[in-house]
Amino acid sequence: MKYLLLLFDDEQAWSTRPAEDQSAMMAGHEAFGRDLHAVGAYVAGEALQPVATATTIRVSDGKALVSDGPFAETKEQLGGFYMIDVADLDEALKWGSRVAEFNGGSVEVRPVWEFA
Amino acid sequence: MVETTRAVAEVFRQESGRIMATLIRQLGDFDLAEEAMQEALAVALERWPRDGVPANPAAWITTAARRKAIDHVRRDRVRATKYDALAQEAGRGPDEDAMLDDLTTNRLQDDRLRLIFTCCHPALNLEARVVLALRTLGGLTTPEIARAFLVPEATMAQRLVRAKRKIRDAAIPYRVPPDGELPERLSGVLAVLYLIFNEGYAATAGEGLLRQSLCAEAIRLGRVLRELMPDEPEVLGLLGLMLLQDSRRDARTGGDGALVVLDEQDRGRWDAAAIREGVALAEQALRMRRPGPYQLQAAIAAVHAEAASPDETDWAEIAALYGVLGRLAPSSIVSLNRAVAVAMADGCGAGLALMTELDEPLADYHLYHAARADLLRRLGRDAEAITAYERALELTTNPAERAYLARRLREVRVAP
Repeated sequence: MKYLLLLFDDEQAWSTRPAEDQSAMMAGHEAFGRDLHAVGAYVAGEALQPVATATTIRVSDGKALVSDGPFAETKEQLGGFYMIDVADLDEALKWGSRVAEFNGGSVEVRPVWEFA
Repeated sequence: MVETTRAVAEVFRQESGRIMATLIRQLGDFDLAEEAMQEALAVALERWPRDGVPANPAAWITTAARRKAIDHVRRDRVRATKYDALAQEAGRGPDEDAMLDDLTTNRLQDDRLRLIFTCCHPALNLEARVVLALRTLGGLTTPEIARAFLVPEATMAQRLVRAKRKIRDAAIPYRVPPDGELPERLSGVLAVLYLIFNEGYAATAGEGLLRQSLCAEAIRLGRVLRELMPDEPEVLGLLGLMLLQDSRRDARTGGDGALVVLDEQDRGRWDAAAIREGVALAEQALRMRRPGPYQLQAAIAAVHAEAASPDETDWAEIAALYGVLGRLAPSSIVSLNRAVAVAMADGCGAGLALMTELDEPLADYHLYHAARADLLRRLGRDAEAITAYERALELTTNPAERAYLARRLREVRVAP
């Protein structure tokens, strides 16, 4: 069963963190990816550029309207994701809790529809 | 006919938790299990009057339900591939013996335990956990649960549907958590049971018996859990605590429905059998030497229960127990209770001194002001007592509690 781990955190807070915190976090992601690969649970994972680079497209009257900025202004922003393939929600939550611990912020765990 | 109908209803009430637990494991689907069980009950209503009630009614219903489920699966081509293995297994021939085995071995215990942990999974919201626990583990119907929680039946049914859908779609597993996660997950299960109990306990006589029956249902589930996890002291502690609190039910309200506080209750109306069982559970739990919040609360309730009169209460012991509880699970409420116990043991002045630091965190908590007012009144500081009673009244909505505070306020006001 596939789950998407959505990593939310406060971008502003990230830039003000001390350098050693930032490198500890990067090391956390490297180890996390390695461990996911080791048990065959890794599907995909990326870090996203800040929301300042985001562009949102909305459809109005059948026309796509392009505007600057993220889909929603929130206190914590989507900063990255992992797609994992595990047995059940408990396993997904275990991986998700681990990311939350070294990445900070919140992690939303969403199951992926499976169309048989 | 009436006799048989009653037998079927009885099996449903007593055994539905067990049957559902086994069916859910075998079928891997709440809805399919529930549908199949309903159909099996219908078959029972038709056949038992003709053939007699079988020796093991629960096993009979489980077997019949499983057959019904397989029929469903065969008809449903989308599901057919998913449940192929199940259908093949069933195709091998009569499996009543295996089913009977299944129902009488330890596996059954595991099934129920797994289901408890699934129903109380932290990924479900608290309301969903409560309704799932009552619906699948207890014998209550959805309309009964709705009435007990004072919400429309459609709302409760919707909650149940959403909860079951999340279990299926997000793949919440049927599993007893591994040892490392057990303490946290178990405390989540216990919190659901205690919440069900408190819903019933908070109900006043006027609110009807069904709401109060939540206490009995919580105690029943507590007994099931004790049977399944006899070595967990917090399980024993919670069951003891619920029994001890419930033992005071009849004495807690006066003839007019008004609240009767602990030291004014007629102790002759306390349920002696429930107290004996509750005290024994609290003692047994504490002997395991892994203290926890429920055990300590049960021990405190036990000290109250064992005092023949309010004056004979061992307040020093209660203060000490609150001290331990406060170190284990610090909270302002626990500190308040400890201050009250210290006041009773060492004098109102000592208790009042401990309350000073609670003035800020409990500024909007009516019982803080009520407790403080009582101590001030006993110390003869009437003007301060009046202010505190008035503040407590402002913050209280419960009619029974309001009546009690208003009475005290009148007493201080007319005091010479």
